[in-house]
Amino acid sequence: MIALHGITKRFGAHSVFEDIDLTLEQGEIIVIIGPSGTGKSTLLRCINYLETPDAGRLTVGDLSLDVTRASRQEVLALRRRTAFVFQNYALFANKTALDNICEGMIVVDGLSKSEAHARGREILERIGLADKANAYPASLSGGQQQRVGIGRAMAAKAEVILFDEPTSALDPEWVDEVLALMKQLALERQTMIVVSHEMQFAREVADRVVFMDEGRIIEQGPPSELFTNPRDERTQRFLRKVLANNPVV
Amino acid sequence: MHVLDLDYMLGLLPILLGYLPLTLEMAGAGMLAALVLACLLAVVRVQRTPGLNALAMLFISFFRGTPLLVQLFLFYYGLPQILTFLVAINGITATILGLTLHFSAYMAESIRAAIVGVDRSQTEAALSIGMTQSQLMRRIILPQATRVATPTLMNYFIDMIKATSLAFTLGVTELMGATQKEAASSFLYFEAFLLVALIYWVVVEILSWLQRRLEKRLNRAYQR
Repeated sequence: MIALHGITKRFGAHSVFEDIDLTLEQGEIIVIIGPSGTGKSTLLRCINYLETPDAGRLTVGDLSLDVTRASRQEVLALRRRTAFVFQNYALFANKTALDNICEGMIVVDGLSKSEAHARGREILERIGLADKANAYPASLSGGQQQRVGIGRAMAAKAEVILFDEPTSALDPEWVDEVLALMKQLALERQTMIVVSHEMQFAREVADRVVFMDEGRIIEQGPPSELFTNPRDERTQRFLRKVLANNPVV
Repeated sequence: MHVLDLDYMLGLLPILLGYLPLTLEMAGAGMLAALVLACLLAVVRVQRTPGLNALAMLFISFFRGTPLLVQLFLFYYGLPQILTFLVAINGITATILGLTLHFSAYMAESIRAAIVGVDRSQTEAALSIGMTQSQLMRRIILPQATRVATPTLMNYFIDMIKATSLAFTLGVTELMGATQKEAASSFLYFEAFLLVALIYWVVVEILSWLQRRLEKRLNRAYQR
């Protein structure tokens, strides 16, 4: 189970969000939508301490910590239970596709090189890049790089994978292959929280869609309800705007 | 008209080459010490270690802001008057010390730039999979910073080899000092200084060739 209780983040005097509560069950897939600049990505980054939350409690599996008193060890433990997929892929430029995936298994989990490589090759197979094991990021397309980014997150065997707008930096031609891989993970009931503007994906894949605006969770529910029958006026306005450009079927 | 005395040059060559090891030793020792000091300075600058950062900035400012020759004279002729225990310092040690301090100031800045230049998102990616700060430095940042800094550091090494010739002003008979003495006794200044120039040139060319091979290796990961 993943739980956020009263998570608060401020940058100086500016409050990004206050008192956010969010709970996920094992195997649940949540998509967070909302206008730009409402703190969706910052919230995601707080869950694995890429941003330090200012108040609240984070629970991931058997680890629960008070963010105001988290020790360095607890932060490391939290990060080992979560994995992150970045908007700009953030692959290690000095490492091959295989080594990008294996790095955490070797350095963090302490697997032997041969064990890690065996698992790394399985993952490459699953993300459809078995033939690119020895390719460096610079020689891969955007879609391939992001699939390696997802592969790296899969290798972490995390309780939850956090996706921060995984397709918004991609050329349109590569979006589908990345979404297809995420759908495959969803079918395997990998717990995930996805911040995305891909409404079609949210509709098809999410168990629950969370709408955020101005640092607040305005409403949440199954996509069938939230997309067809949004209660809050802000949700209605947002959906009207995005769905006018990209109708969801 | 004076014609180039090739026989004299051929005879002088083995004599001068006998001094090449001392030149390379001074440059090698200076480079190693400067690398260590520069890395320390760079890390202090990158992490903005309170107190030390200001000291590092002052150090870098002074050693980049004054000529190497002035620094060498200061260490060899000046400082021993104040700090009497330095009276025993010999010219070779003073040269290595001067080269170390002078070049570490320059090298610290290029190492710092190389560290800072590694894409910030890779740091986040490494932290997100649970790496510690030191694992991040060792496995992700430094290997990439090394690649970026290598060409500049090699240039400083080449510069340092040439700068060892200043040791001659501290009375050290190294390559340049030996040439000066030989030339003074034969009066064949042109031949002697031309020959020593060629020796420096060949040494630097060999190093440049090594540098190109090294860069090629380091750039393997970045070919499209």
